[in-house]
Amino acid sequence: MKILSKKILCDSGGAKVIEMWIESPDIARKGRPGQFVVLMTGEKGERIPLTIVERDAAKGSIRIIFQEAGLTTKILGGLNPGDFLYALVGPLGHATEIKNYGKVIIVGGGVGIAEVYPVARAMKEAGNHVTTILGARSKDLLILEKELKGVSDELYVTTDDGSYGKKGFVTDVLKERLSEGQGSRVKGQEVGLVYAVGPIPMMRKVASVTKDSNVRTIVSLNALMVDATGMCGCCRVTVGGEVKFSCVDGPEFDASLVDWDELVKRNRIYDSKEKHICSLNVIASKLK
Amino acid sequence: MKKEPVKTRELEALKRADTFDEVVLGYNETEALKEAGRCIQCKNPACIAGCPVGIDIKTFIAKLVKKDYEGAYFTIREKNDFPSICGRVCPAEYQCRKTCVLTKKGSPFASPEAINIHFLERFLGDYGMANKLEVPVKKDGRLTKFKVAVVGSGPAGLACAGELARLGLPVTVFEGLHKTGGVLRYGIPPFRMPRNILDFEIDYLKKKAVLIIPNYLIGAVKSLDELFEEGFSAIFLGMGAGIPSFLGVKGENFCNIYSANEFLTRVNLMSAYKFPEFHTPVNIGEHVIVVGGGNTAMDAARSALRLQRMNKIRPDTTILYRRTEVEMPARRLEIEHAKEEGVKFRFLVKPEEFIGDEFGFVKKMKCLECKLGEPDSSGRRRPVEIPGSDFELECDMAVIAVGLKANQLLLKVTPQLKTDKYGDVVVSPDTMETSIKGVFAGGDIVGGEGTVIEAMGMAKKASNAIVDYLLKQ
Repeated sequence: MKILSKKILCDSGGAKVIEMWIESPDIARKGRPGQFVVLMTGEKGERIPLTIVERDAAKGSIRIIFQEAGLTTKILGGLNPGDFLYALVGPLGHATEIKNYGKVIIVGGGVGIAEVYPVARAMKEAGNHVTTILGARSKDLLILEKELKGVSDELYVTTDDGSYGKKGFVTDVLKERLSEGQGSRVKGQEVGLVYAVGPIPMMRKVASVTKDSNVRTIVSLNALMVDATGMCGCCRVTVGGEVKFSCVDGPEFDASLVDWDELVKRNRIYDSKEKHICSLNVIASKLK
Repeated sequence: MKKEPVKTRELEALKRADTFDEVVLGYNETEALKEAGRCIQCKNPACIAGCPVGIDIKTFIAKLVKKDYEGAYFTIREKNDFPSICGRVCPAEYQCRKTCVLTKKGSPFASPEAINIHFLERFLGDYGMANKLEVPVKKDGRLTKFKVAVVGSGPAGLACAGELARLGLPVTVFEGLHKTGGVLRYGIPPFRMPRNILDFEIDYLKKKAVLIIPNYLIGAVKSLDELFEEGFSAIFLGMGAGIPSFLGVKGENFCNIYSANEFLTRVNLMSAYKFPEFHTPVNIGEHVIVVGGGNTAMDAARSALRLQRMNKIRPDTTILYRRTEVEMPARRLEIEHAKEEGVKFRFLVKPEEFIGDEFGFVKKMKCLECKLGEPDSSGRRRPVEIPGSDFELECDMAVIAVGLKANQLLLKVTPQLKTDKYGDVVVSPDTMETSIKGVFAGGDIVGGEGTVIEAMGMAKKASNAIVDYLLKQ
């Protein structure tokens, strides 16, 4: 549980995106793409889920990437190599089904890019033709472009403000790729799978785009969690009319079956409490 | 002359609902001696048969009366490793006190005149703690070359580890959460199960060379096969009934509708009642409804009421149960305490649907009235809906406490482990051995939602069988 290294990948108005390698031989050995860990920064802290971005079984360490969004991620961002986490458990959730689909399209938005990286890499290793579409608000906030390029046959980048790549959204490029994919780029190979991770509005839009093309689309959901072992139901989502627990039935689900409205609402349950504790933290740090 | 049962001191009802401090204060020495003196010392004591672990109640009470507190303590410890815990949470009125000769025949639970065996056990457990009494380890040289893995640090796992450690057998307990104790920690609130008592009992095990590893989820980070490959000779499974049952009614996923497991885990394990000092939040409404009639429902309701009071909300917490009070499976003491603290009760009512606002937060509960019909498989009269009796209740927070199922995490990745139609692990009733050789199980993973003491009883059976199994290797 020792933090081995730390790197700031980008910084936009104080909400940094940070990468850390953490010592955890067992999780490094057992973890698979698509799985996550739950960690605590201190005894009084929250349990938060974070995707395993990469594993180094030889060094016995795992890589996480997170954005300083709320209190716990800010505290985590303040830790340094040599510091220890209070708790770290994993690997949790179902691993991604990696196989040769022929052609896959990987879509990553914002910090979600960190989550699609291990899947893109594994899909490439499994012999797929990998088309990757990355989206960020601006050039400053684009992460892992080089690494994704290294595991993709085609790479497209979009930015909301047009500061890099194509101006627009990942779904604009996705639509183009899908209409092309019906035969042209890779002879006779239609898109076998679309795998998307990013902010909920992005994943939701991807789902509606692929629905028209009838392509199997998998998304990884970011529901709130407590124990993350199937014990409490905090992370429950409705998929295909059935109640599923993101932590043990997911975190990946068929995008066309997810009740997105419900997920959005359930993610806001603690908005006021989150705001309160962050403002307290701001006051406390200002008083230092 | 019939002696009156000695009441135990408790914190005053309304004041205590402002904190999570322990409610029952227990007997002092005078009170314990007086209550123990009421025991008739039956020639053929029926109380022992009522105890799931067969504590020699007659003997420990006799020793207590003679002020041989140490002797009494060790008598209990012969059969039960956690008297301070059991003395606080055992539903004695359905067990030893029910079979006590002083209980009226045919009564569904203990009569008030029955000896307060649980309070006496608690007195002695706490005495042992205060005086640091230690049960000697009787090392069995034949066993020290083996090592046993215990999965889960709840009552079953802890009891199994304790039994084996007493024989000098190396034991490693793997716990998936960051804190040990299982239900004792996340399920039962501090006002019933103080944390210092729990920590003391668990630290005691560590002193007996039991290795406890938290944040280690067997089934995720390691499989049973891998544990055997690592050199463990036998495994005890005590994962617990960790999947919450929901009602399955419309609107159940609205915000502020919690499973009891989630609500209690936030409050008890993550100390959400101390938010923002502790960072995990829990919401509290102005009109809280807890659905269910067991101990979990009582714990949830009493915790919700406390949260209301601590947040300066006018207390309005209601327990909604589809049968009547006498059918409630909760400990009678918890029901009494809940009433004293101001929890309201509504019987013969069943939830039909939840209604929420445009932000997805629950606002109302639609209910149906019920009447009692023929007995069902549990022997209790079945609730029958009364058509056309719909009505609405204000509800801006609900806690669903209608039961639990076996946690499937390890089971899903261990197909050779045979389970029954409920998802519980199938075991041989005498040895608690599962369909996998060398793998034993006990506690809620084996049979629904039992009590702490039942889990310990199964763990004892399993630990005896494990020793037999190892000696045959």
